[in-house]
Amino acid sequence: MGIEVNGKTLEVDEEGYLADLNQWEPGVADIMAKLDDTTLTDAHWEVINFLREYYEEYQIAPAVRVLTKAIGKKLGADKGNSKYLYELFPYGPAKQACKYAGLPKPTGCV
Amino acid sequence: MAMLHTVNKSPFEKRSLDGALSHAVNGAAILMIEDGIYGALKGTAISGKIEKSLATLKVYVLGPDLKARGMTEDQVIDGVTVVDYAGFVDLVTEYDKVQAWL
Amino acid sequence: MAEPWEEEEGPVKKFMFVNRKAPYGTIYALESLEVVLISAAFDQDVSLVFMDDGVYQIKKGQDSKGIGMKNFSPTYRALEGYDIEKLFVEKESMESRGLTAEDMIVPVEILSKDELTSLMEEQDVILTF
Repeated sequence: MGIEVNGKTLEVDEEGYLADLNQWEPGVADIMAKLDDTTLTDAHWEVINFLREYYEEYQIAPAVRVLTKAIGKKLGADKGNSKYLYELFPYGPAKQACKYAGLPKPTGCV
Repeated sequence: MAMLHTVNKSPFEKRSLDGALSHAVNGAAILMIEDGIYGALKGTAISGKIEKSLATLKVYVLGPDLKARGMTEDQVIDGVTVVDYAGFVDLVTEYDKVQAWL
Repeated sequence: MAEPWEEEEGPVKKFMFVNRKAPYGTIYALESLEVVLISAAFDQDVSLVFMDDGVYQIKKGQDSKGIGMKNFSPTYRALEGYDIEKLFVEKESMESRGLTAEDMIVPVEILSKDELTSLMEEQDVILTF
């Protein structure tokens, strides 16, 4: 399976997660969002960029509650709650946002 | 017949290093790889064994395995030679046989 | 608004994960870490012990690019965000390997073998890797 991004075909797994994290570019998130009938706004990008930074530092995708808490600390309490994050990413902030960010599926996501 | 003995297990957990040391004779060498590299470090409970063996043996350790485990070359016992993968290959060709202590 | 995970109140048990293997040479260290991360979702009283070769899991300065494996040591620093803050290192294991608390990638509490034995007695569940 693959997705077309800027003329290149990038491999994804059966759930749509990017096979190789290093192939990620912003266009990947845009294309994945389009497949979900979503248009990414600055608010989405704030979370996507946060996830990429988190992964860079800790080498894992955070569990949803860890993400929520950390977003609250970094971007303010009005954003650090599941209501806000689920509105942005209705398929689940950890799963959907991680996917757009090119990260593997979070450990502990059941 | 000079033999190269490779050891890939931690000396704190397995007896592979002891096995290699006790069978290394006649110009043999020891090469520590993977978790075996913990045997090549200064200041541990088993450093003395290697230090003593250096009088009669050549001892090598694989650099990339040291680095992966957060160990630097200056933590390696003096007299033990750090080699890279190319050096590993050179050793294998230089010695008559390889015995792998797992 | 309270988050869902703040509302649930179930029985809390004391879980201890005992790590005894060096990283990379076997899969135990990484598998244990994954189980620990998953266990955090269940709001239990979790503690981690690093003893025997397990102390090498949290050695600072790991760089595994040269062996083509993922360096998972930074993930231990994420545990705090998962509210897993009880990390213990057995003194005897650390010292026989020439290591000190300064060599560890995360803040740890150093316990003697006897102190650790008592702590193990207090646990409901012990999982050793």
